Amino acid sequence: MIRMEHVTKRFGPNAAVDDVCIDIARGDSVALWGSNGAGKTTLIRCALGLFAFGGKILVGGHDVLRDGKRARSLIGYVPQELGLYDDLRLSEAVRFFSRLKGLRTPELDAVLGGVGLTGHEHKRIRELSGGMKQRLALAIAMLGDPPVLILDEVTASLDACGRQEFVALLERLSGSGRTMLFASHRLEEVVALATRVVVLASGSVQRSQETGAFAASFGAGTIVHLMIPPAARERAMTGLRAEGFAPTLNGVGVLVPVHAERKAAPFRILAEAGVPVEDFELLRDDRAGLMPSQEKESGR
Amino acid sequence: MTSAALRLGAASDGLPAEGRAPGMMTNIVTIAGRELRESVRARWFVLYTVAFAVLGLAISMVSAAATGGSGLASFGRTTAGLINLVLLVVPLMALTAGAGAIASDRERGMLQYLLAQPVSRLEVLLGKYFGLAGALLACICLGLGTCAAVLALKGMGTKPSGVLWLAGLSFLLALSMLSLGILISTLARRASVAVGTSVFAWLTLVFVTDLGLMAGAIALRLRIEQLFALSLANPLQVFKMWSLHAADASLDVLGPAGLYATEEFGNRLHWIFGVCMMAWIVVPLAIGAVVMSRRSPV
Repeated sequence: MIRMEHVTKRFGPNAAVDDVCIDIARGDSVALWGSNGAGKTTLIRCALGLFAFGGKILVGGHDVLRDGKRARSLIGYVPQELGLYDDLRLSEAVRFFSRLKGLRTPELDAVLGGVGLTGHEHKRIRELSGGMKQRLALAIAMLGDPPVLILDEVTASLDACGRQEFVALLERLSGSGRTMLFASHRLEEVVALATRVVVLASGSVQRSQETGAFAASFGAGTIVHLMIPPAARERAMTGLRAEGFAPTLNGVGVLVPVHAERKAAPFRILAEAGVPVEDFELLRDDRAGLMPSQEKESGR
Repeated sequence: MTSAALRLGAASDGLPAEGRAPGMMTNIVTIAGRELRESVRARWFVLYTVAFAVLGLAISMVSAAATGGSGLASFGRTTAGLINLVLLVVPLMALTAGAGAIASDRERGMLQYLLAQPVSRLEVLLGKYFGLAGALLACICLGLGTCAAVLALKGMGTKPSGVLWLAGLSFLLALSMLSLGILISTLARRASVAVGTSVFAWLTLVFVTDLGLMAGAIALRLRIEQLFALSLANPLQVFKMWSLHAADASLDVLGPAGLYATEEFGNRLHWIFGVCMMAWIVVPLAIGAVVMSRRSPV
């Protein structure tokens, strides 16, 4: 359904994507995994025909550069953040994009209701929260029921609650015959949505494997997600590192990979350092160790 | 989630029919319609329209009052005043509107999102162009229409054909400046740079070119036909000469170049001015389309 052949994209002398070959069969859900700058977003933009590039990308048999309109008519796209006119009402936005996709005027209730935005059709986009904007973007992407869905770090700007809701929405879309290609550095998304993971590093494909094998390759363990006030996060990072942990920041707190029997250790360390912990959550065992930063540290 | 959520569950059984992507005209009309609605809601549109109408009225009333309020003399003065107003307001309005069109969308991420849909870059460019052109036409009609209506009500007669000519030529001037603004917008990385450049272009066209022509004529001892040819290189000059010519006024008021033009070309001047204006509309827009097709929307 999506075929990438020797895709190379350079910005000046630097190759953001370097000779990437990926073949995605219909119904497959593929995650692009890698740290910031690995080339995930650039590859997605190439797949949408937004960048000129070397090599070839076919979507449903259509070349995205030579036959871009037809290729994109098969794609629903959700960006990291929806950049629409703030003054546009939801109903206007849905009608506008329906026309661009060659569809008749859709039933607003059905389109917006499908993503939990019933009753918001008269609101302007500026009145929506980040999560609602992303749901609107998903509703627009799903107009016309496209066979391919491309998502670019769609939950990056959402809080924990919004993220869970959005991933639950996407879970219902995957595994229904739709082909999905998405970039993420959130392991819970990858485990929940992907059937295969393509690991990118410095613009090249490092490896491609089944999600289960990908998760297993990082070993068993647990991630303790600690919600810590912004002012105390650096102190928490320093204290945890000093005790041999490899914590990472994620916008609302600190993620600490730990062995299953050492879950309490970060709490003890932070208590001794006088760092307040407002809340916490434990991520499942099969997600442990999948943080991009750990891949980096392991000498990828 | 509601039951409608089920609609999200299943993908199409097969690929959509070939050519499901709408045609070029459909996309252009869709984008133009959205751009037009967006523009008429915008503050710049209201501000320019009100300013245009108020200044136009003031100029018309003063001109009419100075000549007793009726007759051809009154109309001539009013027309001359309105031409000067159009020369200042319309290019600024069209240039800044065009300059913001692509660059601000690129900055907000809207352009990338739009081009991720089944539309081409040319469709986006032309859609925006025609949408803004519609808004400018509305602004010109409202501004000049208000002047004409108030003057007619006060018994200060205006020739309908004169007003129509002026509105039509003002619209052509707006289109040429919009093309230039769109070109600037495709070249600029940031909206602020695009708008700044468009204001600089406006200043250059309004003031520097006029003064430059005068200085050049003296310093380089330009021949009269060269001076006329150079005038045609500025769309504002073309508009001014064409408007005066259309209002049956003599181009003598423009000095020796005007006199030369009238004697040399006579009624062919309409064609000459028309071709020049069309070139100013088409060429910058075509260059803008080429630039847009080659530049990243990000």
